[in-house]
Amino acid sequence: MSESVVPVPRTDLTDGQWHRLHPATPLLRGGIFMVAILGFIFANLRERLIDLFIGQENYGGDPIDEIYQRGATGWALLIIAGVLIVIIVAFYLSWRMHTFRVSGEIVEVRSGLIFRSNRKARLDRVQGVNLARPVVPRLFGAARLEITVAGQDGNVQLAYLGSKLADDLRRDILHLASGLRQARAPMAAPEAAATPNAPAVPGDDEAPTLIGPPTAHSALGDFATARYQEFVAPEQDPDAAPPESVVRIPPGRLIASVVMSGFTVFLLLAGIGLIISVIAGSSGWVLVAVLPGLIGSVGYYFSRITKQLRFTIAGTSDGVRVGFGLLSTSSQTLPPGRIHAIAVSQPILWRRFGWWQISINTAGQATRGSGAPATSTTILPVGTLADVAKVLELALPGFDTDHHRALVADGMLGGRKRDAGVPDYFSNAPRRAAWLRPFSWHRTGWAVSGNVALLRCGVISRDLILVPLARMQGVSVRQGPLRRRLRLAAADLYTVAGPVNASLSVLDVDEALVLFEWMSTGAVRSAQSDTSHHWSRAMPKSAADQQSSQNQQGAVK
Amino acid sequence: MPDQGDLNPSQPSARLDLVDVGEWKRVSPKYVVVEIVGTIVFGVVVCGGASLLWLLLDATWAMWVGLAVLLMTIINLVFEPRRVRSIGYQLRGDDLLFRRGILFQRFVAVPYGRMQLIDITRGPVARWLGLADLKFVTAAATASVSIPGLPEADAESLRDRLVELAEIRRAGL
Repeated sequence: MSESVVPVPRTDLTDGQWHRLHPATPLLRGGIFMVAILGFIFANLRERLIDLFIGQENYGGDPIDEIYQRGATGWALLIIAGVLIVIIVAFYLSWRMHTFRVSGEIVEVRSGLIFRSNRKARLDRVQGVNLARPVVPRLFGAARLEITVAGQDGNVQLAYLGSKLADDLRRDILHLASGLRQARAPMAAPEAAATPNAPAVPGDDEAPTLIGPPTAHSALGDFATARYQEFVAPEQDPDAAPPESVVRIPPGRLIASVVMSGFTVFLLLAGIGLIISVIAGSSGWVLVAVLPGLIGSVGYYFSRITKQLRFTIAGTSDGVRVGFGLLSTSSQTLPPGRIHAIAVSQPILWRRFGWWQISINTAGQATRGSGAPATSTTILPVGTLADVAKVLELALPGFDTDHHRALVADGMLGGRKRDAGVPDYFSNAPRRAAWLRPFSWHRTGWAVSGNVALLRCGVISRDLILVPLARMQGVSVRQGPLRRRLRLAAADLYTVAGPVNASLSVLDVDEALVLFEWMSTGAVRSAQSDTSHHWSRAMPKSAADQQSSQNQQGAVK
Repeated sequence: MPDQGDLNPSQPSARLDLVDVGEWKRVSPKYVVVEIVGTIVFGVVVCGGASLLWLLLDATWAMWVGLAVLLMTIINLVFEPRRVRSIGYQLRGDDLLFRRGILFQRFVAVPYGRMQLIDITRGPVARWLGLADLKFVTAAATASVSIPGLPEADAESLRDRLVELAEIRRAGL
């Protein structure tokens, strides 16, 4: 790659210097909660005051009452003020101490007041870059940038940054991670000045650059407009991603798909049970026990639907970009070669409609307790056969010849019994496997094509599991006494943890040995030819990069 | 109905066994002591608890549980030497091959390049016998290969050898 094509970094945050986060960060991280507590206290206090004035004055031992009676109101107020000041100072200090830096090799975050923490991630180990905007920070124009690396809770979080800034920083980090080496020194001054939204702090080279919301200094009207723009725009970075998502999920289909789930069946059964119990003459306690659950289930549906609405998936030069969310949005970028396993599945209730779901295993699936959507493992919530083909094309680049498509179609729909005369690409379980898998034995099979292993299983819920051999961690075959009697065996392909479990419960013993041999040699072979940890170095001259650098030049002009 | 024509359990091919592989390296025969001690300790603890329940609280079911555990412990003890003999590993060109189990057999192949770390642990009994367990950990939680009962020197040289092999064939995740 020649020097001229190397894209100019969009922000000046990737210069290896320490920078600070959005000033409202402490408030957005924990403050909302505190405001809620304060509101709660004040609400209680108000009731108490009203009660006081109306006359009922016998709350023995109540702290507020006690303070009032002893005439210590002044002290109490002083203490409250002191606590508030301490909190504010702590917030300020925690913001000051929370700094990050991004250089060509690493991204590093320092934080903490008393317990200092320092987290450093190597950019060539990045498993994904996730841009999340929970509702409240989103209203304030802030976003959280998460750089996922492998391992439990292995995320480096930059929370919070200005929305536009976070977008640009994501792009820069992905460029750095892709192995493109950009010229550090010629960050020419005019270019830096012309780059929009790079807040330059003149004459203050020593201190970390302040990163405020880019529009903070403009008029309030502009601020509101900008917020609104950001709120409605699903994708903040129109030139880095092709504008069109490859699939479009109509809201009706999405809602229907959420309703047609196992959970609904469970609810219906519970409802029937409830009706029966009421008819049978039991007292109201059943109703009392079940009603909160019913109300909770409404919340479940609501969160599922709002989370998955406005789903987009598009290929970019730095990998697959998946965006979703109505209120809290999230947009994650999976660089090439970060997907360890793919499951295309169809619950039985969806079969009539021909809907499918695609979920994946990635190494950076940190589980987050908060309600904000973090990394999602679903890259297609509900889609038709055509949608599945498009998404698979993105998820498995190079797996798109006619033969591959036939394999996938066979894996999704085919089965030994069904296609009696038609050649089946899959190597199937023998008939005697019906002793162990009476319904699904004829769909249990495997195939290897190129660098991808395909496992087909399940008949009630149809599953097709694709494992890129270059990502597979190991293979095992096993056999217990029951399978030995039937001359069967089971096989597992080991991948990183996630929703996809690549295992085959029944197959012929000899087949199992063939599979073991193929998979173990295939894994070694594919891993050797795999170069995706620095994905752009392997590519000759990516057209997308060229395009983005042209856009960049356009922006500079 | 499924046909059972070719079903013959005595047929050697019904058993899962890798063909065309080299010599399996076995773990130290002394490892059987570790397993026996572990089984006995487990059996004694469970049987003791069950008999306490039975004698003090007069719970008859506890007696049956205790008897069942006792029986299983004895069966385990009988099969222990064979089970230890079934543990084997070999270093192939590009991957580590591991096997264990007689009734429940398992074969695992893990490419060297997938190594994340290697753990060597020593339990009290194993340390007394001069043995160590070696664990080859990959990014997949389930794909870690644990080779128990290696003589300590062997475990360390195997560790160094595996690290060296992994270094040559280093791959991403």
